[in-house]
Amino acid sequence: MKKKYGVFDIIGPIMIGPSSSHTAGAAKLAKIARGIAGEEPVEVIFYLHGSFSKTYKGHGTDRALVAGILGMDPADENLKESLKLAKMKGMKVSFEPKDLGDVHPNTVRVDMKLKDGKEVSVTGSSIGGGAVEISQIDGEDIQFSGNYPTLLISQRDVPGVVANISKLLYENGINIAYMSLFRSQKGRDAMMIFELDQNIERDILEKLTEVDCVEHVRFVPLTSDVINYPVM
Amino acid sequence: MNIKNGKELLKRCSENNMTIGEFILQQEMEESGASREEIYNRMVENLRVMEYSTSKGVNEKVISVSGLIGGDAYRLGKYLKNGKSVSGNVMVKAMSYALSCSEVNASMGKIVACPTAGANGILPAVMMTMKEEHDIEEHDLIMGLFASAGVGAIIAQNATISGAEGGCQAECGSAAAMAAAAVVEMMGGTPEMCLNAGAIVFKNTLGLVCDPIAGLVEVPCAKRNASGAVSAITAADMVLAGVTSRIPFDDTVAAMYSIGKSMPEALRETGIGGLAGTKTGKKLKKEIFGSKNEKSSNKMNDDTFDAPDQE
Repeated sequence: MKKKYGVFDIIGPIMIGPSSSHTAGAAKLAKIARGIAGEEPVEVIFYLHGSFSKTYKGHGTDRALVAGILGMDPADENLKESLKLAKMKGMKVSFEPKDLGDVHPNTVRVDMKLKDGKEVSVTGSSIGGGAVEISQIDGEDIQFSGNYPTLLISQRDVPGVVANISKLLYENGINIAYMSLFRSQKGRDAMMIFELDQNIERDILEKLTEVDCVEHVRFVPLTSDVINYPVM
Repeated sequence: MNIKNGKELLKRCSENNMTIGEFILQQEMEESGASREEIYNRMVENLRVMEYSTSKGVNEKVISVSGLIGGDAYRLGKYLKNGKSVSGNVMVKAMSYALSCSEVNASMGKIVACPTAGANGILPAVMMTMKEEHDIEEHDLIMGLFASAGVGAIIAQNATISGAEGGCQAECGSAAAMAAAAVVEMMGGTPEMCLNAGAIVFKNTLGLVCDPIAGLVEVPCAKRNASGAVSAITAADMVLAGVTSRIPFDDTVAAMYSIGKSMPEALRETGIGGLAGTKTGKKLKKEIFGSKNEKSSNKMNDDTFDAPDQE
């Protein structure tokens, strides 16, 4: 496919330097990971792959990642102070170089431990110019960009679930920009990803959890003021 | 953007009797579905950050996180005040602003990637210099930014704006071509003249490799931003005097891309070849990062790593 650029892909994003892929993209990635976790983790280990592992300190990738976990945007001027802020909050943070296999050079696996001891793992890559791609949640291969408010629904792989969910979205006036379906094995767990044109209200998320065979519902909004969407 | 190349851009501007800036703004409205006001205001936001990033390093000494660069924008600012520069106010101011943006970027300050973070000094430096030295009004600056974005999109779609893919010519070269087009438009030149200025910039930046010391966006990036701003202004002056480029803009973009593709990887943002591979380049890298896996010898500016004592 031919590359396509809009005006604000060329002039923008507004960001904290020094590198769109190593700083801005890293912050965006971690913020999405935090959104997937649904709450602020108490402990985070960042497994850094490839170029991330080699140059993370010089590009402030470490600070950007922690800033994202704290819910900051790539343009937040407090990004630089994120390690200090995390420490003051008592959040345990560590960085470990790791070969994550045949992935993009700027890839990180974010392993988060939540207050109740639950663990959430998110893997993603910073693919250039501040853009990112999420490639794994809790070890399952999936794919989305984080450019849209994203709805992630885990369900049992049986006929009719997709139809029921899209019907519910339709009834509530939610427009789907992109949608994809991933499953590990026929009849077992599957995950549906909806990239939406708007944020979604909490009561609709609750209704989604009541759909037959839906196991849990996560929502990753775009704006920083609504980051605490619990996993339902 | 649904515009294939420079040739099509000129055709569409001429059919609609529009400047590049106005045409690109309308094109963005059509493609994104957003209103004119929304798009315009988003560009104003970019301009505000440009104002910040161009002035911060001139008003105070800004030092990078690694300590490798810093304070040069401030030096040039002071030099300018002495009024004895060789190349005059416009050039020295543009250089100081470009250095400021690079220093702000390397110190983890706020910037606009335009088109990238590494080349973020060139367009803002030229715009702010035009505002102050040629009394360009805000509306015209914004339209100049739309013109430069259109030129940048054509480069990105037909070649690359990434140093890892095409070397520094793709980052600083593209930024300077964008800035040159903006200057020509703001000074009343035709769309054709804008692209002529872009073409001249590329002719003068082709082959520029990306060879950052220790892989950091600092040396030689900051000074290449200063030089890119100068290149943009000189190309604009040539074109405004009536000089044209024998090689059309689209061909210079194609040349940039083919040169980029044939560049060895060591010269494409890997921090291995060129200046990074020199004796001094390697020594600086060692000083910054210390020897392998030895964090204690690390000289990075670690102030923010130490939290205050907690009670």
